[in-house]
Amino acid sequence: MEVPILKQGHFLIASIQSALTDADLSQLREALVLRVGKLRARGVIVDVTALDVMDSFAVRTLRDIAHMTRLRGAETVIVGIQPEVAFAMVQLGLTLKGVATALDLEEGLAFLDRFTKERFERA
Amino acid sequence: MAAKQSPSVVSPERQTGAGADIAALLRELVAHLRQNRTQLREEWARRITRAQLLTAMTEEEIFAEATSVYDNYVEALETGTFEALQAYARNLSERIIPRGVETHEVVGIVLLLRDVLARSLFAKYHEDFEKLNRILDAYEPAANRIANTVAVGFVQERERIIRQQQEAIRELSTPVLQVRERLLILPIIGVIDPQRARQLTEQLLRAIRTNRAKVVVIDITGVAAMDANVANHLVQTVEAARLLGATVIVTGLSPEIAQTLVTIGVDLSEMATVGDLQGGIEEAERLLGYKVVLQSELPHPATKA
Repeated sequence: MEVPILKQGHFLIASIQSALTDADLSQLREALVLRVGKLRARGVIVDVTALDVMDSFAVRTLRDIAHMTRLRGAETVIVGIQPEVAFAMVQLGLTLKGVATALDLEEGLAFLDRFTKERFERA
Repeated sequence: MAAKQSPSVVSPERQTGAGADIAALLRELVAHLRQNRTQLREEWARRITRAQLLTAMTEEEIFAEATSVYDNYVEALETGTFEALQAYARNLSERIIPRGVETHEVVGIVLLLRDVLARSLFAKYHEDFEKLNRILDAYEPAANRIANTVAVGFVQERERIIRQQQEAIRELSTPVLQVRERLLILPIIGVIDPQRARQLTEQLLRAIRTNRAKVVVIDITGVAAMDANVANHLVQTVEAARLLGATVIVTGLSPEIAQTLVTIGVDLSEMATVGDLQGGIEEAERLLGYKVVLQSELPHPATKA
């Protein structure tokens, strides 16, 4: 199932609605990296609230998305990781180092607002 | 005569020569103790009071307990089996431990009873030294074993209570508290084992979600010791909280813990640590954008009530 990517101001929001196959995840990654440039987005939010399982491929893909979009000029924040998922991830050593996380969509937007304001006003 | 009131359990060893002799002596002994029950019991209760044991109990209570201990004691001597006595000792301990009765008191009263009974045997057989010796030969091992059984029963009961209380403490000791909007504190007290660490992390993650927390202060002032396992649990908790978008500040690392962690080489570079809980809360407030200002330092004069 394809993940819808919405544009909201300077930000892109990818809201995952159901469990994804590895192919779906790769497709999401490519779509995001492409759109970030095309739409001149400054931030990306990936909402994983609907996921109650996250395997190592999913975590790696999320990390890749964050690093790739950063290279393309946009900061990524992962929002809505469930407590049980967080606990399992930590136990498996999948900790998304260097990737911003936030509680939910609202928090993610607030984070990106702050982040981009600091970065673009200083420049 | 009160002899042979109840048929005694005769174990196989008693049926052979010396064993049968001992059994006969014990029977005689038991008959003597039954006969002088009232007098010996009173003497015993008197000596308990004089020795200032069981001060937590009233004299009537002491007398009532003394009676049942006496009867159980004689019964154990008679039957040579200790199960009933063990059960009784456990039951007695359950009743008297909450009253603050100490181990030395329990051991003391059982030893007193042994002495009182031995004295009465001296009095009875002082003319027949030969027989007294044989009676004591039969009596002493049995009496010592009884004393042992009661003392062990008492200590076991105490240990059971201690274990129970430890569990109760464990269950009560992981509160997650909100001190400000979006700021939680998690004071940890006592020993952290893997099971508790897991429970702690789960509770914290759930609280972060329900309270929409952004900053969590984990205070470990009350943690006495920490090893590599516990430290890794702590790191995991911090990581898991971060995945939910919350920053964790750890406070109250004691000098001992700081030294151990550095010595065993736990990597805590990912962890924000602040000296004490106050500092941790101040740092958290700073992260959340709070600023605490004394009323007298407000730029505009506060209206006086």
